[in-house]
Amino acid sequence: MNARNSFDKELERLHMDLIKMGSMTEEAIEQSVHAFTTRDNALAKEIMQGDHQIDDMEKQIETVCLSLILRQQPVAGDLRRITCALKMITDLERIADNAADIAELSLMIRGDHIAEMVQHIPGMASASVDMVHKSIDSFVRSDLDLAESVIAQDDTVDALFCKVKDELCETLRQNRENSDNAIDFLMIAKYLERIADHAVNICEWVLFSETGIHKDKKIM
Amino acid sequence: MIKKTSITEKRKRPLDKLAYFGIFLFAFLVFAMVVLFVVYILYNGIPGLTWEFLTTAPNPIEQTIGILPSIINTGYMILLAILFAVPVGVGGAIYLCEYAKNKRLIRIIEFTTETLSGIPSIIFGVFGYVFFCTLLNLKVSLLSGALTLTIIVLPTIVRTTGEALKAVPNSYREAAQGIGATKWYMIHTVLLPSASRGIITSIILAIGRIVGESAALILVSGGSAMYMPRGNFFEQIMGSGATLSVELYRYAYSRGENGIGFSIAVVLLAISVLLNLLVKLINKKLGTQKAES
Amino acid sequence: MANKIITKDLNLYYGTHHALKDVSIEIKEHCVTGLIGPSGCGKSTFLKTLNRMNDTIPGVRVTGNVLLDDEEVYQNAVDVTQLRKKVGMVFQSPNPFPMSIYDNVAYGLRIHGIKKRIIVDEIVEKSLRGAAIWDEVKDRLKKSALSLSGGQQQRLCIARTLAVQPDVILMDEPTSALDPISTMKIEELMSELKKNYTVVIVTHNMQQAARISDYTAFFLLGELVEYGETSQIFSMPKDKRTEDYITGRFG
Repeated sequence: MNARNSFDKELERLHMDLIKMGSMTEEAIEQSVHAFTTRDNALAKEIMQGDHQIDDMEKQIETVCLSLILRQQPVAGDLRRITCALKMITDLERIADNAADIAELSLMIRGDHIAEMVQHIPGMASASVDMVHKSIDSFVRSDLDLAESVIAQDDTVDALFCKVKDELCETLRQNRENSDNAIDFLMIAKYLERIADHAVNICEWVLFSETGIHKDKKIM
Repeated sequence: MIKKTSITEKRKRPLDKLAYFGIFLFAFLVFAMVVLFVVYILYNGIPGLTWEFLTTAPNPIEQTIGILPSIINTGYMILLAILFAVPVGVGGAIYLCEYAKNKRLIRIIEFTTETLSGIPSIIFGVFGYVFFCTLLNLKVSLLSGALTLTIIVLPTIVRTTGEALKAVPNSYREAAQGIGATKWYMIHTVLLPSASRGIITSIILAIGRIVGESAALILVSGGSAMYMPRGNFFEQIMGSGATLSVELYRYAYSRGENGIGFSIAVVLLAISVLLNLLVKLINKKLGTQKAES
Repeated sequence: MANKIITKDLNLYYGTHHALKDVSIEIKEHCVTGLIGPSGCGKSTFLKTLNRMNDTIPGVRVTGNVLLDDEEVYQNAVDVTQLRKKVGMVFQSPNPFPMSIYDNVAYGLRIHGIKKRIIVDEIVEKSLRGAAIWDEVKDRLKKSALSLSGGQQQRLCIARTLAVQPDVILMDEPTSALDPISTMKIEELMSELKKNYTVVIVTHNMQQAARISDYTAFFLLGELVEYGETSQIFSMPKDKRTEDYITGRFG
């Protein structure tokens, strides 16, 4: 008989909740970029309204974590995982906010002729979604290599961001009429870049939950 | 200031050594005395032990001596006295430990039993003679003797059983009552089995007392065992007769036959040892049965 | 959640000592209710009023009401044996009888007149399974219960209580004599037990109350200071005294 069967079950449920929140967030990024590229305003509004579901999910997981800390007095690996979960959901919630921001910005864009010029935004979007997905995966599977790879992947997103920036600078030089759109495009790219950074944060907490070391520092 | 010393520094403690030596000596003395005592009795008693000695009654005409009647008398005495004393004693102890609520009354009864166990047995003999033999008209008989012995051993049984019951953890009582056992159910299913060792000890002590008693019995059940008990069971226990200890007293003291005295002593020793072993065996059986049933 | 036991203005006196003061509480069915408080606060006394285990102590006087399924526990018509069959008790230190494992569990059945071998066998197995100890003892049911470890003995005692099929199980510091692993096993067991029973547990260990109980009651000097959902008591206690006690700043 495992003496902490019910605690283990609750941890399992926490994992499931995290996976759910993670996939909700991934979907929000994908949809927001889709709304942006296809100029689907209805979808964009839907995403903005849907953000509160992810906020609720964050609250729910917070409650579960606090109640586990209160009632189960976790130590060692259990404590690290629950701490990690608490930190992760903050990042996930920010990611979802960023997705909603992207959706909001896509509503403001007038005229679609410069979209073709910034080809790298969909690439950034798919890279960040991939990173978010892998970060959650690395937590659930306790996969350190995967977490490390996500952290390394951030460089490609950063590089893409620079390309987008260069493209936009080029566009502005050629045609000043689209400066409003160009700035919005830049912000969208920045949001995607931030999303990748949050994925990196998540992975750093995953590394902590397995090793007790956060960003090369032993914090526990 | 206490001087700092190394743990390897040996110190001389003469008093410790002396105390150790003294205690060892006393322990050895106790052991030596027992051995000496037993060897002495066996040395003097065994030569007189013959088959005839053990299995016949004394025959004044042929001038032979046998102790079979007194062996039988002793057996009766043990049987009857235990039969009377154990239920009464154990019952009394159960009442005192489990039912009696009045603490003053309990103290008074306990004090009385303690006092009774310290009274010289000859006083019980006088009482038994007046009360059982005369007043109840039971005559000088084995029955009167057994009843008198019952009074003599009761305090021992009550006290020893009482202590055994008190030693049963209170948690057993709580556990039984916590799942709805009535008091009597709890007593006979949990307390008595748990206290069985104590109760059996009290029986051993009682038997020792019965076998060893002489003074009181000379008065109430007769001073000699010349004849085999006669008639049916009731006639036999209504007849008079001496137990082994009384016989020993008679031969050694009245007739100066120390040799016979020693032989009887050997038989008494053997009986005590055998009974002790028997009771221990029963105890062991009880103990294992409890776990298996 | 329905109320299983309700006490109203319950007072208890040991002679002149006022040990419980106007305790009113509603104990929920199929929940674990934890009673916490410093030594001598009356929590064990309160527990024992629920199946009248205090009756055996001389000089005890009880006023107020204890209702079990809306029936008054302290009325003359109550058969204490029947009451304790419904409200079983597990004690502080494991107290199996010096009998076989089987006989320990069957003990309660025999009290209540169940003697048929087939039925007894079945209930013994069910109870041992219910107490999560069947697998450990199934091959040695005839062995003495005293040969078990402390933690196993305590689970055996729980099985012995389960055998009489109670509604409520009272536990008086059931793990205080056990090592941490055995303690965890008993705690784990409790979350199973509450599915079929109502459990009331006294514990000195506040963390334990936090782990296992759904509702927590804090007693101090014979008074019920605060009672509520465990998560509320341990996160936002309403009474300052509760906060001081559970944060270890007591006295």
